[in-house]
Amino acid sequence: MSNRTPLYESHLKAGAKVVDFHGWDMPVNYGSQIEEHHCVRKDAGVFDVSHMTIVEVEGKDARAFLHHLVPNNVDKLKNTGKALYTAMLSEDGGIIDDLIIYYLRDDFYRLVVNSATREKDLAWLQKQARSFHVTVTERLGFAMLAVQGPHAIEKVKQVVSPEKMAVIDQLKPFNGLPVDHWFIARTGYTGEDGLEITVPANQAPAFFEALLKVGVHPCGLGARDTLRLEAGMNLYGQDMDETVTPLESNIGWTIAWEPLDRQFIGRKISETQQTEGVKRILVGILLTERGIPRTHDKVMVNGQDVGEITSGTFSPTLEKGIAFARIQASVLGKHCVVESRGKLLQGEFVKLPFVRNGKPVFQPY
Amino acid sequence: MSNIPSNLRYTKTHEWVRKENDGSFTIGITDHAQSLLGDIVFVDAPKVGNDYAAGKECCVIESVKAASDIYMPMAGKVKAVNDKITTAPNLVNADPYNEGWLFKFDATSAADFEQLLDAAAYTAVEQADTH
Repeated sequence: MSNRTPLYESHLKAGAKVVDFHGWDMPVNYGSQIEEHHCVRKDAGVFDVSHMTIVEVEGKDARAFLHHLVPNNVDKLKNTGKALYTAMLSEDGGIIDDLIIYYLRDDFYRLVVNSATREKDLAWLQKQARSFHVTVTERLGFAMLAVQGPHAIEKVKQVVSPEKMAVIDQLKPFNGLPVDHWFIARTGYTGEDGLEITVPANQAPAFFEALLKVGVHPCGLGARDTLRLEAGMNLYGQDMDETVTPLESNIGWTIAWEPLDRQFIGRKISETQQTEGVKRILVGILLTERGIPRTHDKVMVNGQDVGEITSGTFSPTLEKGIAFARIQASVLGKHCVVESRGKLLQGEFVKLPFVRNGKPVFQPY
Repeated sequence: MSNIPSNLRYTKTHEWVRKENDGSFTIGITDHAQSLLGDIVFVDAPKVGNDYAAGKECCVIESVKAASDIYMPMAGKVKAVNDKITTAPNLVNADPYNEGWLFKFDATSAADFEQLLDAAAYTAVEQADTH
């Protein structure tokens, strides 16, 4: 039996095509995923992301626990509500998951981890928490809606209480705050401005339908994937997993090396890789001819196999095939060839992201 | 439930075929097929004059989600291709049985048309596919 979010019936009412996504019945589109994509780039769209896992870390050792748990440093979080993107590593430096940590108090943090990795993440968190005075609690009974796009914030404000409007007005990018059993964060997975809003399950359908009434377009997992790819954001399980490290996954910037004596899990191997350099890296590829790179397609430079596509799609903004590929670091140059369904497609390596705030921003290597 | 016009013939691989007044045939993909593929972004249509045996790959349709081969429903020679879908491939999504046709062909044996599935038989194929 599949899991269903509190918005399942609302999706059907809105004309969703529902598919199985790691055990969840989720909307893949409501008609055209390309149209949904453009709505988010130009106006406002809403995604149901209620399948995501919310975890609270509470106790006097909360900060020390997070110092140990993740390579990014929660000491960067000075103000209430400030968020931090980080990976969570195994002892050998592989990525267990990626997550966002919100700082609420010195003894209280909120974590949002992926849904497909929920069980292993919770087990890992509980295991690591044993040596600290903290409790790790999953929060159930909520729905999470991501409202994204240049007009997302103004449209959300049209349908919420004055108290919530006031909170939204004070939210800077990458901050989130609790208000009246909701948690409103200015974060997202699209490369656009917007909010990710957690609401009690029983309030979710009315909120979702109010958003649609003010012209927010419902968007499915299809558009979510093309938007995050254009935005240069990794998908856990596809672009990274336990067999690769942050430096091999284009998220080396999430490792806080200072202070040198902070012993986060996976530090040793991360440091070795930082000093010696990594053999493989994750880069962007833009096809210069018609075609769409697909996961596991071979990438070649000068006729040699140098790696493979981890995620590929058609970019609705650029109207070209785009991809992330994990390749040998030593071969990085301008040109590459992607072998897709027996055809050789010409491409270029580019620095991610491809698109930010509606505009192409990619740079050649 | 998807649209399955009764005046067309079908294949198990979700192509439809229409017999034209001039004796030629037109091929496209079914409403069910376009819905499964999602937004179509490229169509690699065959060249006019190409000969294909029945069941042969003759065309590739690529959606955001996946690339999909189109199989020749009956042996024949390509007579004309729909140029509109090269520039507006989403016509295949929007109007799979009319504006979104793929190409026309002359059949090696027009009688092969009678061997294709009728709407009732294709409805059964589609139901088996979705359940």
